[in-house]
Amino acid sequence: MFILIPVLTLGLLGLLFGVILAIASKKLKVQTDPRLEKIHGLLPGANCGACGGAGCFGFAEDILSGKRSIDACKVSEEAVREQIARLLGQTVEKKVKSIAALHCYGGKKVGDKFLYEGIKTCVAANLVLGGQKNCRFGCLGFGDCVRVCPFDAISMSEEGIPAVDESKCKACNKCVLICPKKLFSLVPQKNRVYVACSSHDTGKDTRSVCAVGCIACRKCEQVCPVDAIHVIDNLAVIDYNKCTSCGDCVLVCPMKTIRKR
Amino acid sequence: MNSAQFLAILISNVFIYIVILSRFLGLCPFIAISKETKPALAMSFAVTFVITASSIITWVIYRFMLAPLGMTYLRTVYFILVIAAFVQLVEMVIKKISPATYRFFGIYLPLITTNCAVLGVAVLNIDMFFVNDKAVPGSFSYSVFQGISVGLGYTLAMLLMSAIRERLDFCNVPKCLKDFPLAFIIASIMSLSFMGFNGFRF
Repeated sequence: MFILIPVLTLGLLGLLFGVILAIASKKLKVQTDPRLEKIHGLLPGANCGACGGAGCFGFAEDILSGKRSIDACKVSEEAVREQIARLLGQTVEKKVKSIAALHCYGGKKVGDKFLYEGIKTCVAANLVLGGQKNCRFGCLGFGDCVRVCPFDAISMSEEGIPAVDESKCKACNKCVLICPKKLFSLVPQKNRVYVACSSHDTGKDTRSVCAVGCIACRKCEQVCPVDAIHVIDNLAVIDYNKCTSCGDCVLVCPMKTIRKR
Repeated sequence: MNSAQFLAILISNVFIYIVILSRFLGLCPFIAISKETKPALAMSFAVTFVITASSIITWVIYRFMLAPLGMTYLRTVYFILVIAAFVQLVEMVIKKISPATYRFFGIYLPLITTNCAVLGVAVLNIDMFFVNDKAVPGSFSYSVFQGISVGLGYTLAMLLMSAIRERLDFCNVPKCLKDFPLAFIIASIMSLSFMGFNGFRF
């Protein structure tokens, strides 16, 4: 008897709870759309938030309910977007793939104007007199972009500037937004030429602080066969609607500011 | 049932015998989910809710089942069983009724099932408000109130910890101390400071 009562009560109680939970799980079952899991599986799963949704699962819910279109996800591959569209019975427009490009090549070649001992992030350093670099437009080199990249596509090179791995970059725009100097932009992948400088200082001033900055000599303007490059406000700017990536400007640039990737 | 007793329960559980820092119960979420304030707060609310509800259930089980049948030595097993089943049921109900709340609590609700603080409070209630397996007058309301105030104490500790750790994110911490080692050191210092309410005894 001494043993029997606990065994019986505990067993019965366990059984009771088991039955209650089993019934409850049947009764309270929440019907989810099987497509939701499929779409979530197809999405990149980086939860980068570039679409404006709360992570990939939230985005999957949004495209299923029609609140947002699949195009909002800039990160996923073309094939994946088509697959999702087929799941939903929609079509997607072909999109030009872009790659982030850094418009600065200064790095360690540009000296410091003071010793910065604060928090080692670009955003923090930029708050102190616009950063420690002699060039007020250039890369500060603390690697905020490296840390923010959800795809591990940016790494700090030996020259002290971030290098973008083209095969990993998904053009999610995160580095463009975080850089306090606004040095990143998304350049169409088929365009190979970009200007690795953002300095609007005059040629003389740029040259005094940086060996690879744009001095606004306009040689590229003269050599360009399709009139795609212009010096605006002391800085060469490429019009990617016209540029054919012929590379003439790269050869002629005396400061090696215009680069091919 | 007098208000002085309620006040004593409140003060002792929120400050003096704070469940994490004085009794060292429920330390896993205290270390793991205290990196940011928002999840820490969600966890604290979930814990408060579960502790309060389980105080009610375990009191009823003890008073009307274990004590009359003389099986008080089995209370740990019974309490674990009821708490686990209850949390599972609550999770299902919330998922059905309010998906928003479910997403707010997220994975924390099932995590609490095995949180020792919940069982600790249930056992504490029995130890404090039962004499010789007989409920003292007002025992039930004391138990429920103790559940709530332990939850409040838990919330206080979680909020303090998450606020400290959010600030630490901006500090240049030696690499070997980053994250968990430093969290443990902070927890011990906080525990020492809360001991001030109790007084040191050697």
